[in-house]
Amino acid sequence: MSRTPENWRSVGTRPVRPDGIDKVTGRAVFSADFNLPDALHGAVLRSPFAHARILRLDTSRAMALEGVKAIVTARDLPLIPADQATTDGQPPDFRDMSANILARDKVLYEGHAIAAIAAVDAQTAEHALTLVDVEYEVLPHVIDVQQAMEPDAPVLHDSLVTQGITPAPSHPSNIASRHEQVHGDVERGFAQADIILTEEFTTQPVHQGYIEPHACMARVASDGQTDVWCSSQGQFMVRAYCARLLDMPLSQIRVTPLEIGGGFGGKTTVYLEPLAILLARRSGRPVKMQMSRAEVFRATGPASGSYISMKIGALKDGTLVAAQGILCYQAGAFPGSPVRLGCMTAFAPYDIANVKMIGYDVVVNRPKSAAYRAPGAPMASFAAESLLDMLALRLDMDPIDLRIRNAARPGTRAAYGISFKEIGYLETLQAAKAHPHYSAPLARNQGRGVASGFWFNIGGQSSAALTLNEDGTVMVTTANPDIGGSRASMALMAAEVLEIDVSRVRPEIADTSSIAYSDLTGGSRVTFAVGMAVTQAASELLAKLRERAAMLWDTAVDEVTWRDGCAHACVDGKDVQLSLASLAAQAGKTGGPIAAHVSLNAQGAGPGFGTHICDVEVDPDTGRVTVLRYTAVQDVGKAVHPAYVEGQLQGGAAQGIGWALNEAYLYDDNGVQLNPGFLDYRMPVASDLPMIDTVLVEVPNPRHPFGVRGVGEVPIIPPLGAVANAVSRATNARHADLPMSPPVVLKAIQRAARKRR
Amino acid sequence: MKQHICTHINGEATEFLCATEDTLLQVLRDNLRLTGTKEGCATGDCGACSVVLDNRLVCSCLVLAVEAQHSRIETVEGLADGDTLHPLQQAFLDHAALQCGICTPGFLVAAKALLDRNPSPSESEVRFWVAGNLCRCTGYDKIVRAILAAADTMRNTNSRTTDAGAQP
Ligand code: FES
Ligand code: FES
Repeated sequence: MSRTPENWRSVGTRPVRPDGIDKVTGRAVFSADFNLPDALHGAVLRSPFAHARILRLDTSRAMALEGVKAIVTARDLPLIPADQATTDGQPPDFRDMSANILARDKVLYEGHAIAAIAAVDAQTAEHALTLVDVEYEVLPHVIDVQQAMEPDAPVLHDSLVTQGITPAPSHPSNIASRHEQVHGDVERGFAQADIILTEEFTTQPVHQGYIEPHACMARVASDGQTDVWCSSQGQFMVRAYCARLLDMPLSQIRVTPLEIGGGFGGKTTVYLEPLAILLARRSGRPVKMQMSRAEVFRATGPASGSYISMKIGALKDGTLVAAQGILCYQAGAFPGSPVRLGCMTAFAPYDIANVKMIGYDVVVNRPKSAAYRAPGAPMASFAAESLLDMLALRLDMDPIDLRIRNAARPGTRAAYGISFKEIGYLETLQAAKAHPHYSAPLARNQGRGVASGFWFNIGGQSSAALTLNEDGTVMVTTANPDIGGSRASMALMAAEVLEIDVSRVRPEIADTSSIAYSDLTGGSRVTFAVGMAVTQAASELLAKLRERAAMLWDTAVDEVTWRDGCAHACVDGKDVQLSLASLAAQAGKTGGPIAAHVSLNAQGAGPGFGTHICDVEVDPDTGRVTVLRYTAVQDVGKAVHPAYVEGQLQGGAAQGIGWALNEAYLYDDNGVQLNPGFLDYRMPVASDLPMIDTVLVEVPNPRHPFGVRGVGEVPIIPPLGAVANAVSRATNARHADLPMSPPVVLKAIQRAARKRR
Repeated sequence: MKQHICTHINGEATEFLCATEDTLLQVLRDNLRLTGTKEGCATGDCGACSVVLDNRLVCSCLVLAVEAQHSRIETVEGLADGDTLHPLQQAFLDHAALQCGICTPGFLVAAKALLDRNPSPSESEVRFWVAGNLCRCTGYDKIVRAILAAADTMRNTNSRTTDAGAQP
């Protein structure tokens, strides 16, 4: 690249996204929009009980219904031997995944799938579901994480023995694993402390809430070649999981990604796709499956709920000397909550000499939890940031100053083990403090909260192919679903390297047969890691273009420079140049089509930090909380397309506000979900929120050619603490239980008032 | 027995056969393949299926297809005038008011219904009007700005045409 950051012409601009027109005209094809002639409709029979043994499952009456073409149950899924359940002990566990997509002998939550039916139309399929005869032995169930940990709690899995405890327990329990993270010596740390603060926190499971329900289409040819069309966060993930669950070679499956209507981590696994393949195979016809919103709530997601007990110790000047936490996360029906990540991230923004975190992964009779933006971090951070706010109040110290005093800086060794290199946490605190929002006056019943958050960000395996079209325009093909504008950022980075206008670059997302493997879209990795593959591929393309130009001019490659999208050289004392279009037109003479393909495993994702400020007003009579003003500050490394980066911050903040104030699942005494719909599971709507101001701090990540850091996860972390701290300050009462719905807030206000009397 | 329904969809005479229990959303998407109108919930709670039925903004998942007899229906597919985007569509692009884009058709249709009634809404009027449309990606900030900006553009264009019309 010959341009320097000051004169980048594409990176950092805000062009209209390449897929924009399709998405404002209704042309874009999302998962449920894809149709094939002759397709059957699939439907899933789900458990009405939270916990039950399946004594008998008879599908014969359903199969006899006219129009029913195929039925599958767990018997049709290959048995996965225990020693092949995972790849090198890493999650996911495919035995669990198999038992989650179709229950084998026990149902573990209300909504757990039992059978899938394909019929000529949706009505027939739905009717057939009612004809499946299932005999259940209903078992006692457990929904709450603390109750599930009690010795006399109903046990979900007879073979589940807590890992991470020596000696191993002799009995099965719902505690899947114990995780411990020790840094320094907490006992000694607390002994030095002038002030010690302790609090218990609870948070509820929340759904990712993507507006597009899961849907897919599968078609199986008579030779077994299988096509799947679906929206997911990774077509290669869908291919790999289906192959593993159905014991098929990867080469037999092609997954074509359709537009994805939101995922937030919730579409990083499969539910319907293997069922659709089985039904298509059995019926010989394509099968389309689509979840209802109620099914989405009853059988997918959510993020883990938690119970957290936490303690911090500090000196009188505010220096943190020790922190300790016990984190219990609900995994849902199968092990695998992100509690380890909660332990790692809670205090990562701070330089604390002594930290000890203990995490428990606990199964309960709820849908298996799935990733949700910064998995595991928001709830742990909520606890830590609430304690920091309590400390600031106790010391009568500005909450941002308290954080500045303890902030992790380049070189700080984080409690989870690594030493930070170039990070911009301090800069986010300084920017927040300098923001006019922070010094604006507050009225009665109003409060201002501050909180920060940290996310690792990841790199990973990524592929990109750049091809020069015959007319000099450029195709950028990658393998990652565009979940929030990544086509635009890929095009911008390629345009920057080639020094051409972004309108001459067309980004596309390929199916699994058309490009090499890529990890899925998640972990805030795409702009960083796939962007790295695109940038390298563009550099390779550029090197080839210079070679071709040198060939045409009959000069040495070193004599050829690249400027403004053209090759330049001085030949026989004359300045000559060749445009991309002429190089493309003459490619046949110089060795054929010009293209570059880069596959890499990107390392060096720069950690991300954010600091949010939230103002609320609390109605003292009803407990209703109104968010008045909100500002999100984040170190984004370099914003490739600033508008979509701001959008990530705003969207994450809104989700975090929903988590803090409204969102929760309600269950009846039988473990049946009472609110599997958007009416009663209330996500923030436009009239609930103010404008969300953003400040993009840019501390470049030296490991990326444009300085990019991932941005998608961090913004959902601080809101829980920021809102809770604001409500606590507005009401003069600590709020440690989420969501802070009006009755909960009112109770806390009344309790605090009684205490003060 | 199937019902025979005659409508105008986006200005074109359109007939279809449907079952009595079919919703307008199902018919638009499955029978007529107008898949720009989305299903997010099918219970009237997300607005992804918004269409305008005889000048009324409705959730098409809550309307029976047979109710559409002799009605005029406007969907997102009818917003643009050929290759010329509606000012709202353009504003959504210019303001990056979509991330995943699944909610976008519903917001566009709802916003157009608002601006048809109220050409200069306040921010809070916009927020309350689109409160029936869920977006999980954007936090609504850029959507609200886009709608306000489109209102501006449309007012300016209209006043220009009126001014021009007023000239002798
Ligand atoms: S699909 Fe009609 S309101 Fe959600
Ligand atoms: S842009 Fe994804 S739901 Fe609105």
